[in-house]
Amino acid sequence: MRTLLILLDKEFRQFIRNSFLPKVALIFPLMIMLVMPWVMTLDVRHIGIAIIDNDRSSLSNRLIRKTDASDYFTLISVPERYDTAFALLEKGDADVIIEVPDGFEQSILLGNPKKMRITANGVNALKGNLGSQYAVRIITQTLTELQREQGIDLPSTEPIVVENRYNPTLEYRNYMIPALMIMLLIMLCGFLPSLNLVGEKETGTIEQINVTPVGRFTFTLAKLIPYWIIGLVVLSIAMLLAYLVYGLSPVGSLGAIYLAAALFVLTMSGLGVTIANGSSTMQQAMFVMFFFVMIFVLMSGLITPVASMPEWAQWITRFLPPRYFIEIMQAVYLKGTTVKELWANYTALTAFAIILNLLATLTYKKRS
Amino acid sequence: MNRDKVISVKNLSKKFGEFIAVDRISFEVERGEIFGFLGANGAGKTTAMRMLCGLSYPTSGSGTVAGYDIMTQGEEIKRHIGYMSQRFSLYEDLTVWENIRLYAGIYGLNRRQTLRRTVELLDRLQFRSEIRTRVGSLPLGWKQKLAFSVATLHRPEVVFLDEPTGGVDPVTRRQFWELIYEAAAAGTTVFVTTHYMDEAEYCSRVSIMVDGQIRALDTPTLLKQQFAAKSMDEVFRTLARDAKRGE
Repeated sequence: MRTLLILLDKEFRQFIRNSFLPKVALIFPLMIMLVMPWVMTLDVRHIGIAIIDNDRSSLSNRLIRKTDASDYFTLISVPERYDTAFALLEKGDADVIIEVPDGFEQSILLGNPKKMRITANGVNALKGNLGSQYAVRIITQTLTELQREQGIDLPSTEPIVVENRYNPTLEYRNYMIPALMIMLLIMLCGFLPSLNLVGEKETGTIEQINVTPVGRFTFTLAKLIPYWIIGLVVLSIAMLLAYLVYGLSPVGSLGAIYLAAALFVLTMSGLGVTIANGSSTMQQAMFVMFFFVMIFVLMSGLITPVASMPEWAQWITRFLPPRYFIEIMQAVYLKGTTVKELWANYTALTAFAIILNLLATLTYKKRS
Repeated sequence: MNRDKVISVKNLSKKFGEFIAVDRISFEVERGEIFGFLGANGAGKTTAMRMLCGLSYPTSGSGTVAGYDIMTQGEEIKRHIGYMSQRFSLYEDLTVWENIRLYAGIYGLNRRQTLRRTVELLDRLQFRSEIRTRVGSLPLGWKQKLAFSVATLHRPEVVFLDEPTGGVDPVTRRQFWELIYEAAAAGTTVFVTTHYMDEAEYCSRVSIMVDGQIRALDTPTLLKQQFAAKSMDEVFRTLARDAKRGE
């Protein structure tokens, strides 16, 4: 116990004296929480649109004005012919084309509506897909207005009411922020202890420790505890920033978040140390760590939901600890789910924490 | 077991795959001796020393250090030895005092012992004014002397020194050897590797390793007689000439 305290004292002193680490621990969360939520957005806006008005009615006119006023669209042009519009699409200026057929308003008033044509550029699949959806929505809105004003019955514009629960504005940002906090923890609690440990290998100081009676468990623990503390402090800063800057506070209990974060931080640092034990240089440790981080970021549901991955990929995600933490964070933050309801995720995280830390201790060899 | 044999090794070997780094070496070191462990680069000195310190498992053979078995009681050995490696291995970003306190704590010295020994150490090295200096900013010679003093802070039975005076000027080397003599006089056995043949003359006994084997072992005087040489330098050269392993 005394040895542990002495080693911890050493680690903290070294951390504070390091010219680089304290800055990283401070700038990193600020950067991630203040910049990323604005950049990492899948809310598509400013979709370029071209409208071919063959009808020249008050209805088509209203559609054009409405589109122009919308935040989601930028009205690029109102060309005469489809060819011209298509050229714009090919050039990449327009993402979506709406073609209003000749006599459209008339056909509606007569109760036998003609068909409109929407063309979307699928190169940027997300933008094309959302663009055509928005186009349908804005047309429906225009028609509904017309219906209300003129009191006509429109069979095809049965309005569908979609209500988004838990994230009422469907802001991607709210979904992203808990995920960004997780990235922070992966970086700080996975990378840093790993680099610290390999650093001691490179300078040779670890050999001096290996020739003393310090146990491998004590030594590993002294390396990890500082990063557990840093991880939880940084998480608190990130949550505070999320509240101050984006007005996002967890619906569920803080206890549930901290419990999950503590387990996750343990897991990541266990992984970091295991990797460090198997590496003899910083580069090696960095590459291996980076490999895992890439998989974590792309496959654990940080950016795209696990449920929309193919079956086999979903199966792989079961072995990724961040997956369980992401589910917890998003559920607790946005829905207010309780620990009891998420027990399976907490159990999985606990299991990972135990396995990886056991591995970290076992792979540390004082003797070769 | 004879308590006065601090190190006793029989047929100790270490293989790395096909390469035999240390080939069945046997020797004994008595308490209070300064035992010079000589050999050309690549002769297997460091590997042998690492086995004695519990940093590396022997492939075969047996031995005891400070009364503990090197195969099974590595962690016990570590309580009773000091070690100073080729690479300077105190923490450069900690101060002199913080390094001393760290290792004193690791070896379980209490507060009073730590303070008393620190004062002794600093006086011996005339280091008092440097107590709050970060070790990284000390000159190399000072670092080496400090590293030696820290390695012997817990009064180990044996201290292992792996080329402790590499890259150090002659005056500092001389001072370093005075420290070694003081430690030996106080009862600590010193096991030292070196490339300086004048240092070999200071040792009580010297062994010379060639290609993983010990080819000669005796006092410097008797070795010189045996090889009809004027100096240890000549003895070393005679033996090293046959070496098959290069640098």
